[in-house]
Order: sequence, then C-alpha cells, then structure tokens
Amino acid sequence: MSVEKLIFEKGAPGRRAASMPAMDVPAESLADMIPTGLLREELAPLPEVSEIEVVRHYTHLSQRNFGVDTGFYPLGSCTMKYNPKLNEDIAALPGFARIHPLQPDDTVQGAIQLVYELEQYLAEISGMTRITLQPSAGAHGELTGLMLIKAYHQSQNEGQRNLVIIPDNAHGTNPASATLADYKAVEVKTDTKTGGIDMDHLKGILESHGRNIAAIMMTNPNTLGLFDSNIVEIAQMVHEVGGQLYYDGANANAVLGITRPGDMGFDVVHFNLHKTCSTPHGGGGPGSGPIGVKEHLVPFLPGPLPEKDEQGYRWEDPGPQSIGKVRANLGNFGVLVRAYTYIRSNGPDGLRHVAESAILNANYLKHELAPDYEIAYPITCQHEFVATAQHQKDEHGVTALDIAKRLLDFGMYAPTTYFPLIVHEALMIEPTETETRETLDYFVSVMRQINQEIRTNPEIVKTAPHTTVVGRLDQALAARKPNLRWTAGQEVTH
Amino acid sequence: MSYIPNTREEQQAMLEHMGLSSLEDLLETVPADIRLDHPLALPAATSEPDLKRLLGNMAAKNKNIDSTISFLGAGTYDHAIPSIVPHLQLRSEFVTSYTPYQPEVSQGMLQAIYEFQTMVCQVTGLDIANASLYDGSTALVEAVLLALGPGGRGDVVISDAVDPQYRRVLHTYAFARGFSIKEVPTRNGVTSLEELDAAVSPTTAAVIIQQPNFFGCVEDVRAIEPIAHKGKGLFVTTITEPAALSILASPGAYGADIAVGEMMSFGNTMSYGAPALGFMAAKQKFMRLLPGRLVGQTIEEGGEKQTGYVLTLQTREQHIRRERATSNICTNQSLLAVGATIFMAALGKQGFRELGELCVQKAHYAFRQIMAIRGFEGAFSSPFFDEFVIKAPVSTAKLQRHFEQAGIIGGYPLDKSYPGMDNCMLFCVTETRTKEDIDTLVKILKEVQA
Repeated sequence: MSVEKLIFEKGAPGRRAASMPAMDVPAESLADMIPTGLLREELAPLPEVSEIEVVRHYTHLSQRNFGVDTGFYPLGSCTMKYNPKLNEDIAALPGFARIHPLQPDDTVQGAIQLVYELEQYLAEISGMTRITLQPSAGAHGELTGLMLIKAYHQSQNEGQRNLVIIPDNAHGTNPASATLADYKAVEVKTDTKTGGIDMDHLKGILESHGRNIAAIMMTNPNTLGLFDSNIVEIAQMVHEVGGQLYYDGANANAVLGITRPGDMGFDVVHFNLHKTCSTPHGGGGPGSGPIGVKEHLVPFLPGPLPEKDEQGYRWEDPGPQSIGKVRANLGNFGVLVRAYTYIRSNGPDGLRHVAESAILNANYLKHELAPDYEIAYPITCQHEFVATAQHQKDEHGVTALDIAKRLLDFGMYAPTTYFPLIVHEALMIEPTETETRETLDYFVSVMRQINQEIRTNPEIVKTAPHTTVVGRLDQALAARKPNLRWTAGQEVTH
Repeated sequence: MSYIPNTREEQQAMLEHMGLSSLEDLLETVPADIRLDHPLALPAATSEPDLKRLLGNMAAKNKNIDSTISFLGAGTYDHAIPSIVPHLQLRSEFVTSYTPYQPEVSQGMLQAIYEFQTMVCQVTGLDIANASLYDGSTALVEAVLLALGPGGRGDVVISDAVDPQYRRVLHTYAFARGFSIKEVPTRNGVTSLEELDAAVSPTTAAVIIQQPNFFGCVEDVRAIEPIAHKGKGLFVTTITEPAALSILASPGAYGADIAVGEMMSFGNTMSYGAPALGFMAAKQKFMRLLPGRLVGQTIEEGGEKQTGYVLTLQTREQHIRRERATSNICTNQSLLAVGATIFMAALGKQGFRELGELCVQKAHYAFRQIMAIRGFEGAFSSPFFDEFVIKAPVSTAKLQRHFEQAGIIGGYPLDKSYPGMDNCMLFCVTETRTKEDIDTLVKILKEVQA
C-alpha cells in the first residue's frame, strides 16, 4: 500500500517544467490592449514544479494504473483487446497529427482520402449504404442515430412516433440516449430460455403501440453474449408497424465478416471503433462512434461528408434534410486513423478470424469455468458470456464484487460486474481474440482458486484486494462528502 | 498482420478440448440466411512495413503546420507541446486502460483526472469541474441541457459571436430535444448589449457567450453578467482558446455559473480537429446535475484509511440511472485530460501567464503591422486576445490563392459563416509564431495590395 501525493503538494515557488519561446516582438502595456476590468487579477494557482518532478509524478501515476499492456482485461462488453503499436505510430505522423481542421481541402488530400476510404470500409463491414464518422463515441452515435430516425419519421408526417423499444439487458446508454432524443423508452423482456428477446412480449408491445413506435434498439449478440436468432423476424415485425431498427455496435467484434447488421435488417448501426477496431480506450476515452445508415436515412446524415471526383477529395455540405452537426469538426480523426490502419492490417479474412477467435476464446473460458461458476445461459455464446455468483453469495456470503476484487490480487482486471441487470450477481466476461490459451488457463485457475477460497477462507475474498496500491475504497464516503478537487490547505487524509 | 496469438493448430486443440470439431460449430446460432457467403470486399491484409509506407505517403499529402506557417485558429489553436507531455501521457498504462471502474488498480488515471478537475477549477475560477466531455461544442450542449433541466423544454439565448460550429451543434440538439434558441447579433465584434437585454426573458434558461469570442474579441463580461442574470437563467461562458484564461478575468470572477469549452490545445495534437477535450466547470450548487464522470477523493474502507480516488456520484449516470440519467455520456476524453493536466503542471503558475502574454503581444504586433498596410483594416475596434479580424481590399478567395502561392496557410475566411462579412479573415497568432513568421505574412499581404 502506498500513496502518491498530489502534484499540488509537490514543488516550491518559482519552479517550472517548461520554457517559453522568446518575446521577439516589441511588447506593449497589457492595460493599453484590454480594459483592466476584463483582466485576470491573480495568477491561476497552478503547480510550481520542476521537470524531474513532473516526470516522476506522472510516471508513478502510470505505474499505479492497469491497462491491456499490463495484463488480462476480461471486462465484458468493453472489448479490451490489444491495441497495436503500429496504429499509434501512424496516428502520430505529422501529416495526420499536425493538421488543422479548417485547412483548405487541397492541403489535406491525404486526410480526406483516409476518411473517405474508411467510410467505405465501414459501410462494407456493416452492410449499410453510407457512414458518418462524426459521432465521438458509442453513446453519441446512438443519439445521432435516434435523431436521424426522428427526422425521418417527421419527413413521413409520422412525428407522433415517440416510443423506443429497448431490451431489459441493454446498455444503459440506450435508454439514456432515447431520453435525450426526447423519446420514451419501453422495455421488452428477455426470453429466459433463449436469452433473446421475448417474442410474445415484443408482439404485445407492437400490437398495442404500433403507430407510436419510433424504433427498437438492439445489440446482437446481446449483452448476454448471445446471438438472437429471431433477428430477421424481429426486423419484419418492427418494420411492419413502421418502426426503425437501431443496432448498438458495442458487440460488433463478434460479427465481423460473419454476418452484417445491414443484412439482419437494421436501418442504423453504430460502431465503437475503440472496441471493434482496437483503438485504445485511454482510461475512458477518446472513443469514436461512427454510424451507418440505409439509403432512406442518407439525406438526414450530419455533414459535411467526404466526396471524391476527378479533382480529388473534398468535404461537401449536406442537403437541406440533414439534421446538422453533432460536434465541431469532422469526428475523432486521430482515432479514425488507427481504425483505418487496423482494418488494412487485418484485411477481410483477418477480420473474420478476429470474430471467430473472439468467439472461440469466450466459449473456451465458459467451458472451463462452468464446473465452478453457474453460467447464466449455458448455451453457445459469441464474444462474451455471463456467469453468476448467486450460489457463492447464497452459500458463503461472497458476492460478485468480492470475486472481482480478489481477481485484482492476481494481476488481472475484473470482469464487468452486476451487468446485465437481469442476471443477479453477474460477472460478464469477454476475453477478446488477442489472449493466449495460457492466459485463459491462468484466469481459469485463479477463478477456481477463488472458488476454493470462498469455501475455505471467505474472508480473504471479502476483504480483497490485498496486493494493490490501495485497498477497497470507501465509495459511500466519496458520494456522501464529495471532494472533487484539491484546495490549498485542505485536510490531507493520508 | 494479425494480432491473434493462438495459432490455427492451437485453436483446433481448444475446440477439440470442448468436444467440437470446427469454428463453424460456434456459429450455429447465426441463421444461415443472414450469414455472409463471401469475404468482405476490403483491401487484402497488409504487413506493417507496407502499411507504414502506404500511410506515410497518405500523410505526406497533407500540409502539416510544422512544414509551413499557419495563422489558423477559429476554435483550434496551436500551442507548443513540451516534450514531457507525450512521453508521460502516452505511457501505455494510461493509453490501454478502460474507464476506471476498479479503482484499486486505476489509481493513476483517477488521480490524474482529480488533478485535471482541480486545474480546470484553478484556471476558470469556478468550484467544480467534471472529468471531460467529447469536445467544446458538446460540452456547450451539456451545459444547456443542465440549464434546461429534466424535460429539456424552454429557450436559451446565444450570442452570434459563439463559434458557428458550436451553434450549429446546439441547433441539432434543439431539434431533437425540443428547446428553442434565440441568437443575438454583434456590434463592433462583440455581443450587442441592447439586443441581448431584449432577448433575455423570465423564461430564458441560459445565456451563452464566448470569451474571447469567435472573432477573437474580448466580450464585456462585466456588463453582460447582470443582463444574463436578470431572469432565472444561467450564465454560461464558452472558452475555445483556454490560453486566454491566463490573461482575462476568470469565469468565476465575472459571475458565470458554468464555463465550458475546448482544451485540446493544451498538450494534445490537433489531429485535424479531434479527438478534442471538452471541459465543464461550474458553481458548487450544480454538482449533482453535472454530466459525465466525476472523480472524488476518499479513503480506504479499512486498513490504514489511506487516501484514494474513485469515480463518484455515479447515480447521475446512464449505467445506473438509465433513462433518468443527467446525460447519456459514457466514454469521455480521459487520455486528453491527462495530456492537458501534464501540460498545465509543466507550464505551472508562471509559465501559464507567460503563455498568455506571448500570445497577446505577438497577436497585437501582427495586428499593428497588418493595419499599416494600405487597404487593410481591422474589422472591429474591440479589444482582442490572440485572434483578430482583418478586412482586406480583396475577396478571401483571392487572399487564399495568395497564401497558397506563397506556401503558407493564412487565416479563416469569415464570409461563409457570416454572410455580409465579405473580404474578412480571422487571423490567429499564438506563441508558436515568430516575428519572422508574422513579417512573412505581412510581406505576402503587401503583395496582395500591389
């Protein structure tokens, strides 16, 4: 156990870690340029630290952080696959990293070419007509997609459609995005036998609300890691009442080259390039959430969109039906460069092998864990599966959270816990395709050991972790007495 | 190049271990009629050396700002990045981690974000800040949604001098959400106080300005504040050029309720405009309404009760609150926040001030030199920070051609976003431009005249 002081608690007055260019122009009095009432009165109280202090401080912080490069990261629905270093090098090329978003098109032909081609690749992978690369992350893509659906329905004089059907196992962003787009979320239940959508329940919703249904949002495979085999029938049923189908691409790693949302019947698809296309998660971002749409939604896409003609590549403003713009500039370009590189590295066969290998690794782990942990839906899974610690809780008082914390002691990250909400004491496990069999076997051996401990020495699990830089932290205190920033002279608790 | 470690033979052994014969056996739940019956139509797999050549060539088709002189700002600014920033920010423990759901093994990222939240407060003069948002434009939208409250109805007032892209984004969300927007014109490059006063009503949920505004002009925020607060609405200030915070009064000092903006230019590459770094700072009373992640300091449950950091107040968020969340945000811009944090730590109290002084002095030098050229004039007489608008004797298209011939990147033509501002170009001069660069620009403009 150890503490790293805050950067504000380090250094001394007068120290600094960056030099400034020379003042090579004749300087004038600031007060002559800007009225004093609009000027800052005191310097911003930023740290005063030397270069070596900054370097050691943030090096220490990095050492107190766990990433995919550190070890196994089986975080379900987050697709924590290896992030190729090549992609980082390409994104850092000055021709990509050091260009301004408002440069004239003829000075950024390579950049527009890249996004133009990436758009085509993503359209092919998803089976959609056209892509916008603008959304910044999955949830942003969801919102953009719902805005397109809203604009489409309004153009059809069907503005009354105000309901979005969302399965009870959906990501939390789905209902939150629906609300943000001024829709009301209607929950459809999961069929407890198949793990897919409860078809009778869906039928009932469509029958009673048909003309008010704007869309259904689905993840396929869903958050249980199961492919909903009824998808074609679901698409028919929803389309019949005039609704649109939205595909949450969080789990798209499982379908690459095997099947396509467009062929399943979806009208809008988002990608999480930071999942499927291996761009790094960066501790929570940046991501990138491009969306693809079918022909009838193309006129509503945000702009500008890249175009190509004999003169070269250029950005073209969208038509009058466009919803506008969902962020400044053109999308998370630096992330797009990495995704482009990844797709070109893998090629068509490689991408299919990514999906197959992700599915194999997940099924292998499920198979090996099954003797010790109940699998919520013990059938063939896709890229992930959900185990439950309900027995461990009932019999020994050890929860999914305890098991997650104990895993940290063995140099691994924990699975996603307590999600999806429909499985009690859920441990959602997604190994990804980039893990070796040895790593999977090690994870299984640790999970078995933990299950043994639960029976023989549950305290060691309930009080875990024991080997991390801090022990279990007081979340309740953090929420009850929020301390969201350092202030000079604040009581130091360590 | 494949990143799958297990060989086909090993995979076969894994399948056999499970009593299966082929990978196909695992795809049984995918109906045959939607299975792809052909490989994806994509370019074939390419090796690392070949891709480096191919993408190196593609990158070389772009004129990067290190190979030329650029006076483009307009929302995206070129500030020097100390070498220590990428060396530390891009350590792979930061780069390859997820949102810190397991705090015990994520203390590094959590503490860095806590430091980021603190530094955002230090430079904005406000009480609290969140862990970042997608970009400045969506941060502005989130501030407006906060001000509108649940339901999202009502009206907001925004100055025409707020970045046109930001306003476009706000209109897009207004369509989806059902709120209305009143735009207030400018006078002499700053928001018209009379028309602002006329636009703000008792039902106004938010009054939004940008400081310095899109024309680079410094708004009279002291005069705007009482107008913004005459009803119940919130005073929201937008900051796209955060270097100005070292020179100009902080939003906290002039009574803003919320400050949002863009901090990508602090330590992060501009990468054609994104990934960017949206931030949001606010008065304490809005704490439980903030969108996005928040990191808080706490102590261990047991043991030595040592200090640690956690994601907190998560009941605001989508993964807990679902359709009743304060925002749908999940992913944010953590890695860029780490970059900005290291940048601000490196510059420190004194360096941050010097950054602003260099920008303001160099920009004013450039302005004086251009004003001395016959036929060129300043579009406005309002004070400015490091950007200003020049009205040229020729069209901006013609100016662009001159810049292109001279091999430099000039300013941003305003006539497209602001009909009526013919011949007007927005120039930005940060600390990265030398006197020589500025003199080159002046020489080119003189030739335009000749």
